[in-house]
Amino acid sequence: MNTAEFDTLVIGGGASGMAAALSAAEEGWKVVIVEREEFLGGILHQCIHNGFGLHYFKEELTGPEYAERFSDMVESSKITVYLNMTIMDIMKEGDGLTVYGLSMDPGMVRFKVRAVVFANGCRERNRGNIGIPGTRPSGVFTAGLAQRLVNLEGFVPGKECVIVGSGDIGLIMARRMSWIGANVKAVVEIQPNPAGLTRNIVQCLNDFDIPLYLSHVVGKIKGKERVEGVEVIPLENGIQQPEKMFSLECDTLLLAVGLVPDNELARKIGVELNQETGGPVVDSRLMTAIEGVFACGNLLHVHDLVDFVTEESSRCGKFVSEFLIGKRPEKQYRTNPGKNVKYIVPNYYEGARENVFYMRTLIVKNNAILSVKVKGTEIYRKKLRHIQPSEMIQFSLKEEDFKLIKDKGVMEVSIE
Amino acid sequence: MKKDLICIACPLGCRLTARWLNESAIEITGNRCPRGEEYGREEVVEPKRVVTATVRLKSGFLKRLPVTTKRPVPKDKIAALLNRLYTIELSAPVIRGEVVLDMADDGVQVLSSRTVKK
Ligand SMILES: Cc1cc2nc3c(=O)[nH]c(=O)nc-3n(C[C@H](O)[C@H](O)[C@H](O)COP(=O)(O)OP(=O)(O)OC[C@H]3O[C@@H](n4cnc5c(N)ncnc54)[C@H](O)[C@@H]3O)c2cc1C
Ligand code: SF4
Repeated sequence: MNTAEFDTLVIGGGASGMAAALSAAEEGWKVVIVEREEFLGGILHQCIHNGFGLHYFKEELTGPEYAERFSDMVESSKITVYLNMTIMDIMKEGDGLTVYGLSMDPGMVRFKVRAVVFANGCRERNRGNIGIPGTRPSGVFTAGLAQRLVNLEGFVPGKECVIVGSGDIGLIMARRMSWIGANVKAVVEIQPNPAGLTRNIVQCLNDFDIPLYLSHVVGKIKGKERVEGVEVIPLENGIQQPEKMFSLECDTLLLAVGLVPDNELARKIGVELNQETGGPVVDSRLMTAIEGVFACGNLLHVHDLVDFVTEESSRCGKFVSEFLIGKRPEKQYRTNPGKNVKYIVPNYYEGARENVFYMRTLIVKNNAILSVKVKGTEIYRKKLRHIQPSEMIQFSLKEEDFKLIKDKGVMEVSIE
Repeated sequence: MKKDLICIACPLGCRLTARWLNESAIEITGNRCPRGEEYGREEVVEPKRVVTATVRLKSGFLKRLPVTTKRPVPKDKIAALLNRLYTIELSAPVIRGEVVLDMADDGVQVLSSRTVKK
């Protein structure tokens, strides 16, 4: 077996892996990216629509364009890249970490490194996760898989289509299917609010007069060999109203019922997981409870904006660099989600530097107030014009903000 | 007269209001940046969208090449544009930013979103 030594190994060459690798390499470290696919860029290559990069590049790019800007930077850097290689295992050994990657050529490689960045993205929930009853005919796809088939393979999944779930992938696919000539009958969403970005409701559904059934569930899939239709049942106060059930004919069902961090590998090494995000619990420097193991991007928590993925992951690369020179935080304190907050990442903060936070709310509201309290004392307050669960909220606390508190401790973030 | 809109020029999705001050003067409010004002005005006068699609590609590596219009296209021209795109077949190499379709009469240009070397 080949053995290779690096300072840092990055698992996954998507937006997050490339950003983390670039920012660690900038500090002079020997960095390797290991990517399972034939190319760098990850999920971005199947996201052929525009809407990427407005924050980071100050222009609107498609997914592949955004990916290529970064893969160009990786190519002209000193970063080593292994493509077509899957990371199979990772373990703590002595002071460092040993990571095993498998590929057709050169076969199994053992990497001896001092730090690892988990940047291996997320995966889709499927029918099993939401338990739709009925037959198991062909024609049922997860929306991300359908996106991949259409955009990378040129495969058309069907002609008459119903989409379950109003997350962004579902919405983007509603437009994509319409543009390739399919008839999208409806988007069915169990929640009273759409899960995707508002702009996608406008340009992917309203533009095509596709009805969005909020507070509705797909009760049953009909058809033996191939999907023939679905039964749709309205909810009232969360209770199904079977007498108001109606049927939609279709030959294809796309499930856009959410993404979860692909945490299998992280679990293997014994990283503690955050119940709310499905990703690892991390400290203020995006390090998991295992020394030298970091996490960022969709593997840490599912992002809706790639720009935020890039920001978080570049920061992660800098934290890796600090770790490698032996810098450790003095003392860290917990960050807890308070009222109307679903989660906050990272799960710890430290008082002696700037801390950047990402969070999601549980509610839809205009003119909301975000409030950060440490042991009951408010240290930060921000007005938010519009909030909803599908739109991630970012804020940062400067060193001065912490000067207000003499007695540091658990931080609670709430939204009213 | 007024019309509520949602700005789609970036993912923030600001809620805009377009108010007609008179026949031709439209005031846009609710935008967080100048792009929103531009979008709002255009949306009530001549709505446009960026169109992204794929075209057939001969390459040892990829079957479909992602493409995008250089600028937003008037909505009523999208169907014809897509029909044209679906008849195109390209061969690698293709460079990101290369013009793959030029409908000069309509002022529509379609560019490759990706570099495919072979
Ligand atoms: C369908 C969809 C639409 C989106 N639309 C937008 C949008 O309009 N605007 C916007 O700003 N953002 C959008 N996003 C969000 C943004 O693009 C993504 O969140 C971002 O690209 C994720 O980057 P990542 O690196 O975390 O994950 P990924 O891109 O998924 O990268 C993970 C990489 O890890 C690799 N990998 C996984 N396991 C292993 C392993 N064991 N060994 C080696 N490699 C491995 C994978 O092959 C993959 O390349 C969208 C996301 C999706 C899914
Ligand atoms: S007004 Fe500006 S910030 Fe708001 S959605 Fe439009 S482009 Fe984005």
